[in-house]
Amino acid sequence: MKVHEYQAKEIFRKYGVPVPEGKVAFSRDEAQGIADGLGGYPVVVKAQIHAGGRGKGGGVKLAASNDEVGTLTDEILGMNLVTHQTGPEGKEVKKILVEAGQKIASELYLSLLVDRESACIVIMASREGGMDIEAVASKTPEKIIKVYVDPLCGIQGYQLRDVAFGLDIPSKAMKQFSAMLKQLYTLFVENDCSLVEINPLIITEDDQVLALDAKVDIDSNAMFRHKDLLSLRDLDEEDPQEVEASKFNLNYINLDGNVGNIVNGAGLAMATMDIIKNAGAEPANFMDVGGGATAEMVENALRIILMDQKVKAVLINIFGGILRCDVFAEGVVQAAKKTGINIPVVVRMEGTNVEEGKRILAESGLNLTSAVDLKDAAAKVAAAV
Amino acid sequence: MSIFVNKETKLLVQGITGREGQFHTRQCVEYGTNVVAGVTPGKGGQDMDGIPVFNTVRNAVEATGANASLIFVPPPFGADAIMEAADAGVDMIVAITEGIPVMDMLKVKHFLATKKCRLIGPNCPGIITPGECKIGIMPGKIHMAGGPVGVVSRSGTLTYEVVDQLTKQGLGQTTCIGIGGDPVNGTNFIDVLEAFEKDPDTRGIVMVGEIGGNAEEKAAEYIKAHVTKPVVGFIAGLTAPPGRRMGHAGAIISGSSGTGQAKVEAMKANGIHVCENLGEIGEISKKVF
Repeated sequence: MKVHEYQAKEIFRKYGVPVPEGKVAFSRDEAQGIADGLGGYPVVVKAQIHAGGRGKGGGVKLAASNDEVGTLTDEILGMNLVTHQTGPEGKEVKKILVEAGQKIASELYLSLLVDRESACIVIMASREGGMDIEAVASKTPEKIIKVYVDPLCGIQGYQLRDVAFGLDIPSKAMKQFSAMLKQLYTLFVENDCSLVEINPLIITEDDQVLALDAKVDIDSNAMFRHKDLLSLRDLDEEDPQEVEASKFNLNYINLDGNVGNIVNGAGLAMATMDIIKNAGAEPANFMDVGGGATAEMVENALRIILMDQKVKAVLINIFGGILRCDVFAEGVVQAAKKTGINIPVVVRMEGTNVEEGKRILAESGLNLTSAVDLKDAAAKVAAAV
Repeated sequence: MSIFVNKETKLLVQGITGREGQFHTRQCVEYGTNVVAGVTPGKGGQDMDGIPVFNTVRNAVEATGANASLIFVPPPFGADAIMEAADAGVDMIVAITEGIPVMDMLKVKHFLATKKCRLIGPNCPGIITPGECKIGIMPGKIHMAGGPVGVVSRSGTLTYEVVDQLTKQGLGQTTCIGIGGDPVNGTNFIDVLEAFEKDPDTRGIVMVGEIGGNAEEKAAEYIKAHVTKPVVGFIAGLTAPPGRRMGHAGAIISGSSGTGQAKVEAMKANGIHVCENLGEIGEISKKVF
């Protein structure tokens, strides 16, 4: 689960990780009120969307006066912000963060994430902060410090020193930096984060350490033990069809093509998208109804796919294991009766109770095209659009 | 021959009295797996279809000599169940549970480093040696006993699709293993490849990967250096957009790493026969093996 910068900074404050003074605003008046309370100008106005690259996209601006805060707020609130992470369609800005400006001596990069291979939490840091860190990592990997923390032992003093000396932290800021990094690690573990990233982490002219930016991603699988964090989910930032799908425990992602597809299992769903593309068409979505799908889930899956106006044909590919083909077929029939299907639907089923499933579909009177295998299914659906 | 499990395997099921646990225990028994015990805390002394249920894994192992465990407990208790099995001396642990938090799996992985057991999963379909032993949720019927193909995969239903095509081509399987779709798991591709290489009855290997992480790239390098048997490879998610998690927690392209294209290229560069269209994996395997 992604959270906004202002929410990430609230979590930082709770753990004593220093951040600039500031607050979230939803209107011009609110923004100007917050700016006046920050004890001086300039202040920074930052668009709050779930995507990086906001500065380059024009979503982060410096204001020298209260009037300018007003002008910039008008400009940014409601704008369609396009960054390299939003895709060309961009994202509408619905809230901004107003923060005190800082006198920056140096900009650093700091992040914590899970390393799959070592099964450790890895701290990545670089003196080249504020820049595109992936470019730094690929062109000059020696400029990235990596420290692997054993999750059973937690972060050790020497590891804090490895990072601090590696970053050349000024001696006056050393104590504060080490305390902050230790707290970040605690925050990461206690909140089941999958990523905590600060870019840039700054050293101010008076040797203070400050997280100028904050990005926190939380492991969705761990939400059962973080009821308090559930309120940080922002449905405005998510695709409405994806939100609808998540209510029924369906794994759905909206894409650009015109061939809708419903599959059981994530791997098979990805492979089905690929095979649609191989046949010369474009997948309109990823939809995994899961291993233990019920007839009701299948019904909702089909309904959600048919909500999408760009879908011109649907491919249903089921390999019945836990999900039996007869259960699946019942779901398709129910959905078709309720919503009506007026575009071509190709069905390919295999596995547990496949004969029963085929019988249910055949006797339903629905206009479905059946396919003998995957290649046949992809060819038929590509021909239909 | 086969790898990891066979006729001698004595299975216990953690979470045997739950809905899924009951259903799949019956399926395993029907397939011929020797299920000797179940574990559900608080239900010790009862039985499920005549299979004795115990309160703890340790009790079950002491009473029945079980050497493998199949785990169906809900995600909040997944890590605990794996560690309990490992601590009780079970050799082979298969965790089906989907949705165990990564932080829990980090701890499990380091905990297991001091134990002698093997973990398969979590979030996986399990392991099957056709005709001998099925520990998992895969449909037994689609498999064909006797080899010569070993199958290793990160997916569930995608593995069934592959196995089904192999069987229809008359290619039997020695052992099929789904290692699971989570970012941090137990047994990895290389562990399985190493075992298939040593197994005289496995004469060819099918390896099914997907986007995210770099396990396929590492496996491809390993194959070039250590595997003499022919390998057919497939990667799911070549058309997946970056930054979107495709169902499995591990299936996400982040930045430039984990793309399907990079994996396909790594496979080709290391002498693996790459299948680019899932519909053809049976035919290609037939030609290669």
